[in-house]
Amino acid sequence: MAKLKVAGYWASSCGGCEIATLEIGANIVKLAELADIVFWPCIVDGKYKDVEAMTDGEIDLCLFNGAIQNEENEHQAKVLRAKSKVMVAYGSCSYEGCIPGLANVANQEQIFDRVFVSCPSVDNPDKVIPQTSYQAPEGELTLPKIYDTVRPLAAVIDVDYFVPGCPPTGEQTWAVLEAVVTGNLPAKGSIVGAGTRALCDECKRNKEEKKVKKFYRTHQIMPDPDRCLLEQGLLCAGLATREGCGALCPAAGMPCTGCYGPPDGVVDQGAKFMSAVASIVDSNDPAEIAVILDDIKDPIGTFYRYSLPSSILRRVQIK
Amino acid sequence: MSSADFQPKIVGFLCNWCSYAGADLAGTSRTKYEPSIRIIRVMCSGRVDPTFVLEAFNRGADGVCVIGCHFGDCHYLEGNYKAARRMELLKNMLKQFGIEEGRFRFDMASASEGDRFAQIVNEMTEEVKKLGPYVKYEGAIS
Amino acid sequence: MKRVTVDPITRLEGHGKIEIFLNDDGEVANAYLQIPETRGFERFAEGRYVEDLPQITERICGVCPEAHHMASIKAVDAVYNIDPPPTGKKLRELLYSTFYVTDHATHFYALAGPDFVMGPDADPAIRNIIGIIGKVPDIAVRVVNARMDCHKIIEMIGGRKIHPCGGVPGGMSHGITEEQRVHIETVAKDMIEVGKLTLKVVDDIVLANKAYVDLILNDAYAHATYNMGLVDENNKVNFYDGKVRVVGPDGKELLKYEPKDYLEHVAEHVEPWSYLKFPYLKKVGWKGFVDGIDSGVYKATPLARLNASDGMATPLAQAEYERFYSTLGGKPVNATLATAWARAIELVYAAERMLELSQDPDITGPNYRVIPTSTPNEGVGIVEAPRGTLTHHYKTDENGIVVKANLIVGTTNNNAAMNMSIKKAAQGLIKKGTEITEPTLNMIEMAFRAYDPCMSCATHTLPGQMPLEVIVRDPDGTELTRARRNM
Ligand code: SF4
Ligand code: SF4
Ligand code: SF4
Ligand code: FES
Repeated sequence: MAKLKVAGYWASSCGGCEIATLEIGANIVKLAELADIVFWPCIVDGKYKDVEAMTDGEIDLCLFNGAIQNEENEHQAKVLRAKSKVMVAYGSCSYEGCIPGLANVANQEQIFDRVFVSCPSVDNPDKVIPQTSYQAPEGELTLPKIYDTVRPLAAVIDVDYFVPGCPPTGEQTWAVLEAVVTGNLPAKGSIVGAGTRALCDECKRNKEEKKVKKFYRTHQIMPDPDRCLLEQGLLCAGLATREGCGALCPAAGMPCTGCYGPPDGVVDQGAKFMSAVASIVDSNDPAEIAVILDDIKDPIGTFYRYSLPSSILRRVQIK
Repeated sequence: MSSADFQPKIVGFLCNWCSYAGADLAGTSRTKYEPSIRIIRVMCSGRVDPTFVLEAFNRGADGVCVIGCHFGDCHYLEGNYKAARRMELLKNMLKQFGIEEGRFRFDMASASEGDRFAQIVNEMTEEVKKLGPYVKYEGAIS
Repeated sequence: MKRVTVDPITRLEGHGKIEIFLNDDGEVANAYLQIPETRGFERFAEGRYVEDLPQITERICGVCPEAHHMASIKAVDAVYNIDPPPTGKKLRELLYSTFYVTDHATHFYALAGPDFVMGPDADPAIRNIIGIIGKVPDIAVRVVNARMDCHKIIEMIGGRKIHPCGGVPGGMSHGITEEQRVHIETVAKDMIEVGKLTLKVVDDIVLANKAYVDLILNDAYAHATYNMGLVDENNKVNFYDGKVRVVGPDGKELLKYEPKDYLEHVAEHVEPWSYLKFPYLKKVGWKGFVDGIDSGVYKATPLARLNASDGMATPLAQAEYERFYSTLGGKPVNATLATAWARAIELVYAAERMLELSQDPDITGPNYRVIPTSTPNEGVGIVEAPRGTLTHHYKTDENGIVVKANLIVGTTNNNAAMNMSIKKAAQGLIKKGTEITEPTLNMIEMAFRAYDPCMSCATHTLPGQMPLEVIVRDPDGTELTRARRNM
C-alpha cells in the first residue's frame, strides 16, 4: 500500500495547536512509518511551492488549525482544500472560532482604533493606521486585509472532520491521526478526537442537587474541592461542553470554560450553557430571578468564550 | 425605508394552553391588532429553547416575543417559571449582542385575555417600528 | 530600485515577511520586517470579567501562554489590590521557571541551535532539529524528554499543559501534594543537568570554533541599543517579579521602574507598513530605526536581560554569567548572536530556581490563595517573557468588568531592533555584485532569529520552520533571479 500524504497547516492561530500536535510524542515515529508528511511546518520542512504545484486531491489528509481572520487565511484554506482529499478543522479556532473569535464583539475599525490609536501607550498623534498597500520611499509594501468578522474554517471551505479543543490533547490527536491513516473514518462532518456526551459525564466531582441562589465569580469563593462547581454557584460549562479532555479544569479547581465545544445534539453552545445556568436558579419570583441573574455581567464572554463565530448570531451587531 | 412603510416581522412563541388560546380569542372576538406577528405554537413557554429565539432573529425576525400562561396557571406547573429564568438571562444576553431591548419580550396572557394579547403585539410592533428593521451586521469578510 | 523579497511566508504562508530593497548600485537601501496580523485582544478584553483575562490573553500565544497567564494574573492581583500568600506566589514562580526551562531548551536546540550545531552554511535539509538529532542524538532525546517532563509539571500546577487555568487573583486555584513536590524536585535536578549539557554544547560546538566566535563578534550582527529586563532587589535577573531596569549601550542604568509606572517610560510608535507596533523609551524618544545612546530603541531578549542586570541569583548561572562577559569583552555585549549563549545561561538559572522552589517548605503549604475583598480598579502586571518584558495593564469598573486593556507583548519590544538587525545584516552581507545565495539569506535571517524567530506572540511561527524565499525583481516587479530554501 502506498504511504499516505499528510499535511498540517495553521491560519490565524496562537500556535498552541501546533505545540499540541507535538504532544503525540513518540507516535511521530509511528506516523512517519504510515505516512509521508508532505507539508507540516511544525514537524518537517515546509515546501510551500511544492504544495501549490500539487494536483488537486494529491494530499490525503490536511490538519488545519486557526480561524479565518484575514484574506491570506482564506486564500490558504482554499488552496489546501483543493489539494486535500480529507480536510480536518483541528482545534477550537478552526472548528468554532475560539477565543480569538471574541474579536467578533467589535469590527476591524474598532480594533484598529484601539490597538493603533487609543491604547494608553501608543504615541500616534497623526493617527497612522497600517495600510494594505503603502508606498515606502523604496517601493510598495503590502499587508493582508483584516476582516471585520472572524469565521471558523467551515464558513469558507467544505470541512470533512472537526477536532475540538483549545488545544486538543495529544492522546486525542493521535487517535485521530491513527483513524485517518488506517482508513477507519467515521461519517463526513463528524466530530473526532472527543466523546459524544457532556463533560460532566467524565468529571469526577460529586453531583448532588443543582439549585443556586447566588452565582459566584472565580475570584469570589474557594470552592469545596470535591463537589460539582456549578452546584456551588461557579459558572462551569460542563453541561454544555463535549467530553474529551478528561475534565482538566474542574480537576484543577476551576470551572470548565467550554473549550471542547458543544456535545452531540447541541447547535449553539452558548444558548445551551445559558439555559443550563438559568434553569438551576432557585427562585420563582421574577424580581428575585432578575437579581440573581443580574450578577452575570458578561454573558458573551461566559457562554460563548470559544464559540462566538460559530454561534447562531455569530457576532455582535454594530450600527 | 421610512418608519411609516416598515411593517415589522415579529415572531411570537405562544404556549398552547393559555396564550395561544388568548390569541385565538383575540381573533374570534375581532380585537384589532397589528398584522406583524407570526405565531409559532409551542406546548409550553418552558419548551422555548433560547436557540429558537436566536434562530428567529437569524432568519430575519425584527422582533421576537415569548408568551406563556400566568404564574400558577402553567399546564405543566413549572414550565413558565423555567421560561421566566431563561428569558431573563436571554434578555440580558441579547442586549450584549447589540440587539435592542425592544426587540425581545417575555410576557404572559391567559386564554381569556385576548385584549392583553393584542396589546402586547401592538406595543411591541410600535417599538420595533421605532427601532427599524433588524439588519444583520457582518462587515467586510472578503 | 531592485527588490529582494525574503518571504518566509510566500503566498501560501502567512505570518511575517522581510522585504529588502536594493538601490541602483545593487546595495541594500532598506529592509522591512512586516507583521501581517493583529487580532485585537486589547479591544475584545473590554467587557470581559477581569479575572477571566489570564485564560483569555494566553490565547495570544500557544508557545508562551504561561507568560501571558502570569503577567495577566499579576495585573488582576493589582486590579484587586491583593497580594498572594507565599505559597501561591511560589507555586506561580515554580510553574513559570518550569516553563522557562522548556521554552529556552526548545529555542536553543530547535531554533537557533541548528545554525551553530550544523553550521550557518550547512545544507538547509539538515540545518534543523532533525539534523541535530542526527548529529547529537543523545542530547536531542534528552531535550525531547525534558520538554515532556516539564509540560507534565505545568499541568500539575496550572491545570493544563498548554493554556493553564490555575491562576486566580490572590494566588492559585489549588496546591500541590508532597508526592508531587518530590516528583518536581527530581525533574528539577534533571533539568539542571540539561542546563549543564547546554553550556557544554556552547563550549564544545560554538566557543571551540573560531569561525563561530568571529561570526558572533562580526559587526554586522552588533547593535548598540538600550537593554531592558526585570530585576530583583539586588539587580539580579528575575523572570516572575521585580522592577524593570533599562541599561544603555554604555552600560549605565537609565531607568528602573515599578510595573505600575510603565506608561511614564515606554511608548509605542506606529508604522503604516506593519501591524506590529514599535515600543521605545520615552525618556530618549523615537528617533527612527537607529541604534546608539540617543535612540529610544531597546532590546528585551535573554542578552538584553543579562546586560540590564548585575548578575544571576543562582550559583551555576552566576558563574557562567561571569564567564560570558569575560569571554566577550565585558558589559554590555551588543552582539546579537551572543543571545543563544545568554539563553543557555538563563536556562540554567530557571532550572536552579525550579529546584530551589521545589525544595521550599512553603511550596506544599495549604495557603495557596486568598480571596480579594477590595473594589477592583486598575492594575499592571509585568513578567519577563522569554521573548521580552511582558506588560499587561487593565482598568475595570467597580464590578471588575474591563473597560480598557493594554498589552505590550514580548516580541513587540524587539520590533524596532529586529528591523534594524535585519537591515544591518543585509547591508553587511549583500554587496554590489554579490550573488545572493541561500547561506546569505540564512545569515540575514539569523540576525532576527536571535530575537527568537518563533516570534509566536506576533507572528505565530514555530521553531525551525522558516522557509525562505528571495526574489530579486527590477523596479516594475519583473522577477530577475530567485533563491529559496526550506529549513
Ligand atoms: S484552538 Fe486554542 S490552542 Fe489552538 S490555535 Fe486556537 S487558541 Fe491556540
Ligand atoms: S458542572 Fe462542572 S464541576 Fe459540575 S459536574 Fe459538570 S463539569 Fe464537573
Ligand atoms: S475542562 Fe473545559 S475548558 Fe478545561 S480543558 Fe476541558 S473542555 Fe477545555
Ligand atoms: S403551558 Fe402555558 S406556560 Fe406552560
